[in-house]
Amino acid sequence: MSKITYREALNQAMCQEMERDDRVFLMGEEVAEYNGAYKVSQGMLDKFGPRRVIDTPITELGFAGLGVGAAMAGLRPVIEFMTWNFAILAADQIVNAAAKMKYMTGGQYDCPMVFRGAGGAAARVSSQHSQAFENWYANIPGLKVVMPSNPADAKGLLAASIRDNDTVIFIENEINYGDIGEVPEGEYIIPLGKADIKRVGKDITLIAHSRMTGYALLAAEELAKQGIDAEVVDPRTIRPLDEATILASVAKTNRAVVIEEGWRFAGIGAEISARIMEKAFDDLDAPVARVTGKDVPMPYAANLENYALPSVAEIVEAARVVCNRA
Amino acid sequence: MTTKKQDDNQAGITQEGRFYSAERLHAMHDMMLYIRRFEEKAGQMYGLKKIGGFCHLCNGQEAVCVGMEEATEPTDYMMTSYRDHGHILARGTDGVAVMAELLGREGGVVGGKGGSMHMFDKSKNFAGGNGIVGEQVPIGTGFAFASKYRDDKRVSITIMGDGGVNQGAVYESFNMAALWKLPVVFVIENNQYAMGTSLSRASAETHLYKRGISFKVPGIQVDGMDVLEVERKMTEALEHARSGQGPIIVEMMTYRYRGHSMSDPATYRTRDEVDEWRSGRDPIVRLQKQMVEAGLATESEFKQKDKDIKKEIVAVAKAAEAQPEPELSKLWDDILTDEIPNAYPYPRQVG
Ligand SMILES: Cc1ncc(C[n+]2csc(CCOP(=O)(O)OP(=O)(O)O)c2C)c(N)n1
Ligand SMILES: [Mg+2]
Repeated sequence: MSKITYREALNQAMCQEMERDDRVFLMGEEVAEYNGAYKVSQGMLDKFGPRRVIDTPITELGFAGLGVGAAMAGLRPVIEFMTWNFAILAADQIVNAAAKMKYMTGGQYDCPMVFRGAGGAAARVSSQHSQAFENWYANIPGLKVVMPSNPADAKGLLAASIRDNDTVIFIENEINYGDIGEVPEGEYIIPLGKADIKRVGKDITLIAHSRMTGYALLAAEELAKQGIDAEVVDPRTIRPLDEATILASVAKTNRAVVIEEGWRFAGIGAEISARIMEKAFDDLDAPVARVTGKDVPMPYAANLENYALPSVAEIVEAARVVCNRA
Repeated sequence: MTTKKQDDNQAGITQEGRFYSAERLHAMHDMMLYIRRFEEKAGQMYGLKKIGGFCHLCNGQEAVCVGMEEATEPTDYMMTSYRDHGHILARGTDGVAVMAELLGREGGVVGGKGGSMHMFDKSKNFAGGNGIVGEQVPIGTGFAFASKYRDDKRVSITIMGDGGVNQGAVYESFNMAALWKLPVVFVIENNQYAMGTSLSRASAETHLYKRGISFKVPGIQVDGMDVLEVERKMTEALEHARSGQGPIIVEMMTYRYRGHSMSDPATYRTRDEVDEWRSGRDPIVRLQKQMVEAGLATESEFKQKDKDIKKEIVAVAKAAEAQPEPELSKLWDDILTDEIPNAYPYPRQVG
């Protein structure tokens, strides 16, 4: 174990996979000479050279599609989007090509590749640069969606994503890049599709991914002070969703709150709470609550931004309502 | 179009056969200097954490902002990327409103909702302020379409960077604009870098004014450090578009003195390179020299002017800072949401 940042953990995963597999390469804007807009690819150009660490023009649709073609031709591309806001330009190649290539070609071609970059809200960057899109991609058959909430998960999940034979949407979080945590040294793989219980508790289940996992843990501490013992479940992989771990937790606590940074309508919380309703209805002592970002574009002003985002206080409040303690 | 005719007795400068009165030269100079000092103030406020997020300054590029604005009509449309402070100020939007936007205050140009990257002023026909690279290019083409549709002779000045020019939608726009002879001037602010990527590392054809050739969109290259040349060439380009000949590309050769945004140390450029532009080609110094040589002003007048403008900017910042943050209820304004009753712990009050 060593204490490293979330961004260093991602870097280790990419280096680890590039060392063991020459088919893996990294391509994106500012990934090489600038060492990454958020310094995730620090030192990788020096280590692997310009054949494998490649700066692109600002042309998301183009290099995403190039990645799809390279994957179909047998390589294992890691395509970095500076942020997922810009991946919208590339959505055609992700959704219409990568996601369905295997199906459309009767299994002749597949797209073993990773699209990765920062998602969710950053600080004060306003409407076009602060958006959570995991529900968009999770809705598409053919895509896996992975979102690490801490440095160790970042390393293990990214390595697994690069080895995976499907197309993986890997959504990092800009605000988490500097987080420090214990990360196993050497080769480290976390299987996709496995949720993780980040805190054990018996009174209520808080289900949260990415940056919201940290919020849920803070809320759990606050709830503990109020005599509510919360369990925090981090799905880690949004699709395929580890339903079993979530349902087992709810069977124990009989109450749940689902937390996400993104918009409420047709969000991840809608899917998870529907699954709980469908498969654990009899376990529930109260309706499942959702805490989400407000249904507005992200405003710039500090006070408005603050109110648009979910807060620890809202999670605590929702949990108290669900526990009949409000 | 405001025709500026030469009056034999009038003091001024004639360049390439075009006359600029002393009054007009002073106005251009003052606006460039205002933008320079405004941006410096914005940089300072960012350092003090009063401005947050991304903040892209245009120091060095002032001649492009001001020379272009000099050539346009107020009814012409203009839109650009996130590097927008200089353009909106040149268009005539109140500096306090721009600064208030940067600070996220109630009186900001868009009420504090947009910040640095999203300056809009419909009353000045300034349509952003766009944060996604290249996004404004098809949109600008759409403004030109509306102009042609109504036949009201308004030109759309659609500005992009040397990095933005590589987006596919730019070429789709070139083709449509040429096909339908839309009145649009595609301005490429070639400041040599897109973040840390130099032009030659991102573009096979580095003469960006040639990027329209296969779409039959003509292009010209302009010294973007010379406000008079910018004004002159832009006037020609606008004439081309306004007279129904279709789109034209204007490549402005310029340079940004600062990093890409406030968080970029810009270590990918040599000190010498920056100095070469900064001290050798600065657009403000250049115009000052020309005016002094022509006997239209003295160095001490310019020094005084600078003091006055700095004072004005201090007052602008003060006035902006005195404003309150937007009211919390504004969170729900100007957006279509189908309200989900009881969605949040306290619906519509939030938190
Ligand atoms: C579609 C998209 N991709 C990437 C970015 C991130 N980004 C912001 S500015 C920029 C560089 C743009 O350079 P250029 O077009 O030359 O304009 P300049 O900043 O020099 O004015 C990049 C890559 C973005 N905002 N939008
Ligand atoms: Mg540029």
